[in-house]
This record gives sequence, structure tokens and C-alpha cells, in this order.
Amino acid sequence: MYTINDAKDVNLDLNKYKVDAEDHAYIKDLSQIESTDANQLLDIGVDTDEKNRVGTFIQKDKSVIHCKTMQDGIEVMSISQAQKKHGWLSDYIWKNISPDTDKFTSQANEKPHEGYFIRSLPGIKTEHPVQSCLYIAKEGFSQNVHNIVIAEENSELHIITGCATAPHLVSGLHVGVSEFYVKKGAKLIFTMIHDWGEKINVRPRTVTTVEEGGLVISNYISLRPVGSLNMYPTTYLNGKGAVARFNSVLVANKGDFMDVGSRIVLNAPDTRAEIISRAIASGGTIIARGDLVGKVSGIKAHLECKGLILNNGLMHAIPELRAYVPGVEMSHEAAVGKIDQREIEYLMARGIDEDEAISTIVRGFLNVDIEGLPPNFKNKLDKIISETQKDMI
Amino acid sequence: MLSIEELRVEVGGKTILKNVNMEIPDGETHILFGPNGSGKTSLMMTLMGFSGYNVTRGKITFKGEDITYMPIYERARLGIGVSFQRPPTINGLKTRSIVEISAGTRSVDVDELAKQLNFSDFLDRDVNNNFSGGEIKRSELLQLMAQQPDLVLLDEPESGVDLESIVLIGDTINLLLRRGIKHPLEKPHKDIDRTKSALVITHTGHILNYITADKGQVLYDGVLCCSRNAREILKWIREYGYKECVRCTQ
Repeated sequence: MYTINDAKDVNLDLNKYKVDAEDHAYIKDLSQIESTDANQLLDIGVDTDEKNRVGTFIQKDKSVIHCKTMQDGIEVMSISQAQKKHGWLSDYIWKNISPDTDKFTSQANEKPHEGYFIRSLPGIKTEHPVQSCLYIAKEGFSQNVHNIVIAEENSELHIITGCATAPHLVSGLHVGVSEFYVKKGAKLIFTMIHDWGEKINVRPRTVTTVEEGGLVISNYISLRPVGSLNMYPTTYLNGKGAVARFNSVLVANKGDFMDVGSRIVLNAPDTRAEIISRAIASGGTIIARGDLVGKVSGIKAHLECKGLILNNGLMHAIPELRAYVPGVEMSHEAAVGKIDQREIEYLMARGIDEDEAISTIVRGFLNVDIEGLPPNFKNKLDKIISETQKDMI
Repeated sequence: MLSIEELRVEVGGKTILKNVNMEIPDGETHILFGPNGSGKTSLMMTLMGFSGYNVTRGKITFKGEDITYMPIYERARLGIGVSFQRPPTINGLKTRSIVEISAGTRSVDVDELAKQLNFSDFLDRDVNNNFSGGEIKRSELLQLMAQQPDLVLLDEPESGVDLESIVLIGDTINLLLRRGIKHPLEKPHKDIDRTKSALVITHTGHILNYITADKGQVLYDGVLCCSRNAREILKWIREYGYKECVRCTQ
């Protein structure tokens, strides 16, 4: 089993991966997508009917295979298209994060394979979420994407993004650089669902800046096997009264190594931050990090990390608080445990057997009330959680 | 309904119940008195089959079936239901869901049941999360209403309940035991079925003002030492305390 000291070992050799892939044809109508691909997409929340979505972006390997927007004031396009259309985009690319941050960011800079650009114009609110999907189908491919999201002043942008691999895929690498900009009074709800393969390595690098009165809600869900996942998305609350809320739900199956956390830097007065994570080590390793940084007086921040160990595994919770000035209000709560026998027997006394009782408790544990999900999507998520916990027990 | 013979139970290597014999016929409600630590709750937990309560001798028969070593959920399915005094919190599980679980295959209108118990606002809260004493009782009874057990085990149904709610708790218990029928016009009173049984643990005896007891028993130092009219027992305990039980067990 991996431990925190193995982080370097799973820091993988980039040369082992191919950086080129065949082109895939553009699909005008999503109903014509290959059925194997379609099933994978459905599992991560992509609505192939596009009925309750106002835009779609799908990238397979390095090719954008579908992209459209159905609401005025909402822009969805590939990053290369966006660069052609908006000369000013250079003010946003590699501004939140530097290409020299690590070898993955430099790989994304040197060998880029598209990525999405999603923007809500000032005052526009998405009626339904925009959906995006980054999909790897080529064996041994390193998919290096660069995404930009801009919620302009007083707009409201809701994005559901899913990442997955083709079912047959054995090895692959996903490098995703994402720069999110939440302007004055804007709101961004970003939900990301990952469904990778057992040997797939995943390195998202996300940095968000939030201006005055802005709000960012980020939900991250990874329940299916993944080789290794390493991410530490960072959010800077730079404007007065900006708010960030991060929820994550993680399951590490046997052989999985997850080093996942969120960092929120509170740079302005009256800013608020909350990080909530639920993690289950079901044979695998989870390093659950969280870092809150208070730079000015009068900020409030809370971090809650709860872990459960089933079938062995390692849960390593590292909650951190850093306060640079007096007058900050920061707290954290971390708990790791196993399922309480009393809870199991309490449910059994209502007539369900031990296995059902355990799965009911696990479902409850993972059931963070995730904000901003459309109802049909929430049902789908409940179903995924339900299926996942069946596999665990 | 329930028959307990020469039951001896150990908890953590210590004998808590020494030799318990008890018979609850169909349709009867029995009250169990006893000082703190006398083994009342242990008896209830043993009847339900909870881990940590090891039967070292004796036998428990329910509806003619030996349930001494039967798993908890099978006892529940066979018709035993418990209202716990201090049930655990289950985070993320909504009260509505546990009521549905309790209903099993029966079709139950959860909202309607909750309305009866004045508990509608709690259906979407996590099970027992920050519930007050009275809220826990109502939650437990709501689950039992959905479960419809034939033998109801109630552990101090009145503890931590305010005076207003105790009426509601009493009414609900009567409903559970099918005693709450106010106008039995369609049948003569003597023909009204009394098939549901109950064993009710009480400290204060308050609950006796709201439910009809057929019999009272006293558990003292791991042995049932007294079996007679419940109100009479209560009167004795009020006047003389449990020290009279010492004489009875000698």
C-alpha cells in the first residue's frame, strides 16, 4: 500500500506517455456518439439529450468532438477557438498559474491538446448547467488540456464536468491546467466527476481567483478506481466579501493513490471559506489535505475532513490552518474511523441485514448535501454512490 | 407471545442477568420496574439480540420459535420492535429513509405517520442528529409505527419528554398496541383483538397514566423478584423504595 512517502514514486515518468493521438471526427448530433463512449459519458453526468443543459463541450483525446451553446450570453468553445476569437484571452492564460509550477504544468504548456473555454457574460445566468467532458480513448496517451472559465461581473455560471476513459484503456495520463476567474458579484458552481481507470494517472492543476462579492462552489467526486490522483486546487479570495465552498467525496479502492486537497487563501476583508471532505479508504490510500490561509482580520474559515476505513487502506488527513493576523476565525475538524457497530445493529433492529445496514451507513456518510446540483443529476449521483458502495463491501 | 426461561446474560464478562423467567401472553402489556443498573436495558438488548449481550444459559422463545441466538434483523422481521433510549446518530441518513427501512415490504405513508406524531419537520434531518429527548422518542415511535411489530419493547418512553408530548407518546403507544380505538362501534368491546404485546421499562411510572398495563414486574439484581399489578408495585416503590425488593429476593 502507498503512503505519503510514496508521492515521488507515483510522480511518474512523462516520457512513458505518447503526446500525439489520432484525430476523432466531429459529432454534430450527440445521439450519434459511439455507444461505448456514450455509456461512459452518462456515468459522469453528461446528458446526451442535452435537454437540461445550456452548452456542451466534449473532447476525446486531443480532438474536440462536440461543442455548442444554447443560451445567449454563454460562450462554450475550445481554447484555441477562444484565442482566435478573443484577443484579450492572453490576459487570462497562464496568469493564475505559471507554466513552471511543476513538470505537469510545463507539459501542458509545451504539448497542449486543447481544453475548454467557458464564459458567462456580465449579468447572464445559466438557466441550466453547461456540461463538459474530457475523455481519453488512446492507450498510453498523455492528454494535456488547458481550461479557462470566466464568470463575468454579476453573472451566474454553472458547470458540470466529467472526466473518463474508454473501458478498455489500461494506461494513460491526464494533465489538466484550469484557470477560473470569478468577477465582481459573480457566482460559479463547478461540479467535477471523475471516473478514470485503474492505471490512469491524473494531475489536475487548478487555480481560481474571486473578486469582490463573488462566490465559488466547487464539488469534486471521485468514487471509481484511479491509478494515482494528485491535486491541490488553490483559490484566492481577493475581493471583499468573496466566498468559497469546496466539497469533495472520495473513494480509494485497492491500489489507488489519492493525494487530494483544497487550499483557500483569504486575502480580503469579510471573506469566507469552507472545505468539506468525505473520504473512504477501501483498500487504497488517501492523503486528504486542506489548507486555509487567513491574511486579513475579520475572515472566517472552516475545514471539515471525515474519513472512513473499510477493508483496510490508509487515511492520512492533513488539515492545516495558517493565520497571519489577529482577528481571524478559523477552525478545523478531522475524524477518521470505522463504522460504529451500534449504528449497524440499530438499523438491523429495523429489519435489514448486516450488509444492507453497512451500505446504508456508507451511503449516508458519502451523502454530503452538495449544493447546486440539478435534481436529476443528484439522483444519478445517488445511484453512482449506491453502486460504488456495493463494490466496496 | 414471548417466553423467557432461566435466562443468564453476561456483559463484558460480568453476569448482569442471573436467572430471568418471564412470560408475556398475546395482547398483554407488561411494565418492567427496577433501579438503575438492575439489568432492565440489558434484558431488552438481549431480547433484540445485540452484540455484547451473551446468553450463557436459558432460552428465549417468541411466537413459538427459539430466538435465543437469532440475528437481530430476523427477530425484527419476526415481529419484535424496540424503542431505544439512546439510539446512535447516523450522519447522512435521513429520518424519512429509516422510517422507510422500518416499513420493510409494507406500504406506508411516511408523511401521514409523521404528521400524526407532529414530526414532519424532522423527516429530512439526519437520524437522531441533535434530537432532544422528546424528539428521539417521537422518532423511535415513528419507526415502530412503520414497522408494526407484534411485540413492542419500549425503554423508558417518558424519559426526557415534556408534559405536553407525553400525551402524544402515550396515544401513539396505544395506537401501536391497537388500544387507541375510541369508538369500537362495529364490534362489541369483548371482541376487539388484543394481539399486540409490549414490555415497557419505566423509572418514574408516569407512562402508567397513559397506557393500560396488564402486569408489572420488578427486576432487581439480575432477577425478577416481583410480579403483580403495575400500579401496586409503583405505589410500593414510591413509598418504600427498592429496598423492599431486597427482602423479596432473599
